[in-house]
Amino acid sequence: MDDVTDSKLTFHEMGKKRFSSRKVQKNVVIILFLFAPLLLLIVFTYMPFTDMVRYSFFKWNGTSKTMKCIGVKNYIEVFTRPEYFGVLKTSLYYLVGSFVQIGLALYFATILNFKVRFSNFFKGAIFFPYLINGVAIGFVFLYFFKSGGTLNSILTAFGVAEEKIPLWLNNRSLINVSLAFVSVWRYMGQNMVMFSGAMASVNSDLYEASELDGANRWQQFRYIILPNIKLVVSLNMILAVKGAISVFEIPYIMTNGGNGSATFVTKTLETAFTMKKVGLASAMGVVLLIFILIITLIQKKFFEGKEA
Amino acid sequence: MELSIHHKISKVVVVFMKYVSLLFAALIAIVPLMVVFLGSFKTKEEFSTTKVLELPHNFLNFDNYIRAFVEGKMLLGFANTLFILFFSILATLLTGTMTAYILSRFDFKLKKLVQAAFLIASLIPSITMQMSTFQIISRLGIFNTRMSTIILFAGTDIISIYIFLQFLNNISRSLDESAIMDGASYLTIFFRILIPLMKPAIVTVLIIKGVNFYNEFYTPFLYMPSTDLAVISTALFKFKGPYGTQWEVICAGVIITIIPTLLIFLLLQKQIYSGLTQGSVKE
Repeated sequence: MDDVTDSKLTFHEMGKKRFSSRKVQKNVVIILFLFAPLLLLIVFTYMPFTDMVRYSFFKWNGTSKTMKCIGVKNYIEVFTRPEYFGVLKTSLYYLVGSFVQIGLALYFATILNFKVRFSNFFKGAIFFPYLINGVAIGFVFLYFFKSGGTLNSILTAFGVAEEKIPLWLNNRSLINVSLAFVSVWRYMGQNMVMFSGAMASVNSDLYEASELDGANRWQQFRYIILPNIKLVVSLNMILAVKGAISVFEIPYIMTNGGNGSATFVTKTLETAFTMKKVGLASAMGVVLLIFILIITLIQKKFFEGKEA
Repeated sequence: MELSIHHKISKVVVVFMKYVSLLFAALIAIVPLMVVFLGSFKTKEEFSTTKVLELPHNFLNFDNYIRAFVEGKMLLGFANTLFILFFSILATLLTGTMTAYILSRFDFKLKKLVQAAFLIASLIPSITMQMSTFQIISRLGIFNTRMSTIILFAGTDIISIYIFLQFLNNISRSLDESAIMDGASYLTIFFRILIPLMKPAIVTVLIIKGVNFYNEFYTPFLYMPSTDLAVISTALFKFKGPYGTQWEVICAGVIITIIPTLLIFLLLQKQIYSGLTQGSVKE
């Protein structure tokens, strides 16, 4: 049928018709393809976001039909009561940890950048922890730190007297250091691989030329490698800050936030799901989100016009 | 002459230090895992009488593994994990490639808004919004079903869209245009021409998401508390209660969890290095 009607049209009209059917097709495909992704985006990112902001002004246990609007009281509580806002200082341990981690990652990436025997083995061994399931890591390090566990056995094998060894996870002044160590163990290899990738893009002629000029390894690192990977390193530092304020998995799995190891996120989840103070937890979520957005803005400002 | 000897000695020392530090780092990475591996073959008495660094009497003692698999429901955990992985990755790949195709190939009125919506969403860490996400999952009636985890895995993933978008922007549009000239529909162009070309990006996303979803703990933990729905992470986490003192069974559970990851890593090392670093830069 179509062919018959088409044959009556002039060439110009035919083109027009084809064009407009293309246009219809285009709109159909746009709607068809974006419908599901946008629906998911709205239902699982924007609705939770607006709900969270709304809940943060209410006193609500999450199940009851009545919600009581209490204005900014939840926010006042978050900022004034040390058991909520104070836990943010736990993040400092992880922050220090991640700077140590970046330093180590730079060192090992640099070493592996030059000729090393078994470099694949070393790179693989150092990176592999990053791929391991967080719950498995939690158990591995509960076993590592327990009395009579891995660490203590190694220490006694080296002659350290058993009674001098502290309880790594039961000592409030040590627990966060121990947990930050786990975090370094888990993520250092990933940083190293990222730095390695950036270093691989450095022109290797530069090393040879500088060697002829008598440059040593440190000078090569300082004047050739570092300028080339500065952006990746700064990006990782910013990610480290973000990671440190939203630490959650390791303290939640290993110590359930007990013994002074609570972080802002473990506290938020405890407030929401154990204490059933959904309004207060939402206010904590909003506060955390604002912190993260501020850091992101700094990051955007910092990298503006730069490639990364 | 003396200077050159000095030079040689310092060079040897540098090389020596290099290998010592690498060996030290490799040991720190491996030893905590190795002792768990050793522990997983020890019997209960052995475990209480031997030091953690001592070898087990019998490396063929799989009793702890059997207990972990059967009592710890890890077999069921693997089945649930695979089921959820399959559907959530399929959904992620579909939504990711479709969104990237539209954003890279078409201009339309609300394009800027759609782009901004995805970009802003990538800045919001979903862990901070669990209390409100929980309400939505409950209202949808999918709390304590596999659907909850599948839909949350697929629905909050934005990194893959960026990976696909970047890849598509590097595929010449003249390819699409000549296909249009030949009368191909947009669906044909997408499924027959672009999807096959995007294979490397699809593999990257497959690896990143596969590892991420396999390791994800909190989403299945919060939304699927039922024992029958436990995935590997949550099945292992449950060892914390009843097996609290039975470290030999916990050790076996940990090794069971790690083995698939180790196999994937050994098989796909190169792709994992490039894929995971690609994924995390975009975060």
